[in-house]
Amino acid sequence: MYCKEMLGSLSDYIDGDLEAQLCAEIEQHMAGCGNCRVVVDTLSKTVSLYREYGHEPVPPDAKDRLYAVLKLEARS
Amino acid sequence: MERHSGTVYNLALRMMNDPQEAEDVLQETFISAFRALDRFQGRSQLSTWLYRIAYNAALMRLRKRRVPVESLDEARETEDGELMPPRQLVDWTALPDELLLSKEFRGKLDAALGSLPESLRSVFVLRDIEGLSTAETAVVLGLTETNTKVRLHRARLALRERLTTYLSPSLAAVRPVVACTEVGS
Repeated sequence: MYCKEMLGSLSDYIDGDLEAQLCAEIEQHMAGCGNCRVVVDTLSKTVSLYREYGHEPVPPDAKDRLYAVLKLEARS
Repeated sequence: MERHSGTVYNLALRMMNDPQEAEDVLQETFISAFRALDRFQGRSQLSTWLYRIAYNAALMRLRKRRVPVESLDEARETEDGELMPPRQLVDWTALPDELLLSKEFRGKLDAALGSLPESLRSVFVLRDIEGLSTAETAVVLGLTETNTKVRLHRARLALRERLTTYLSPSLAAVRPVVACTEVGS
């Protein structure tokens, strides 16, 4: 397997959605290719950072206004 | 409402890049859903139905802003449609948590996400941040599952490039950077 061949499968790889055979080929490639190892590690870290910090909750005052608007809507 | 307003708001915020407009989309979404609830046929989950209303409301606003239609060029495809090899090959995963948890870095995360084309951003927000499945994301955005997966992968690669560009100098300050070559073999 070459670097370019594995690039398209990396998301499936980090999501655990790849079949075992392909997984093994990627791991074998990464064992000898530091650049691909870096891409996989930083790709995985990128996803985990956004999973942890990417959710912006509704501000409390915006939530209050939403309830008020819906209350009006329900009355009309 | 309590359960779904967070995802609706975050999707709207990330699409509009503006808290006031995100709040407007939030209100529009729930008012539209409230008015159309008797027409909800249960073919999809209530949540995906709501998110689809929110997505369409945000999209309408973006069109009114006359945001140019974006191509997927951010994904950096070669002329024959292959993904371009990554340019940034610095390993920043071992940077200290203080840096990755800093307010400044959080701002960079937001900016990197905000700079993606809408077509990639909405997939990334729903799938990776809000945790919807590929199938649910595809329903919300009106895409095929294959297309959803392709866009998600492109979004992730583009964000990785941006974060690496931003973090490389920090890494150089921690320890000397080893010279890197492009993945291209």
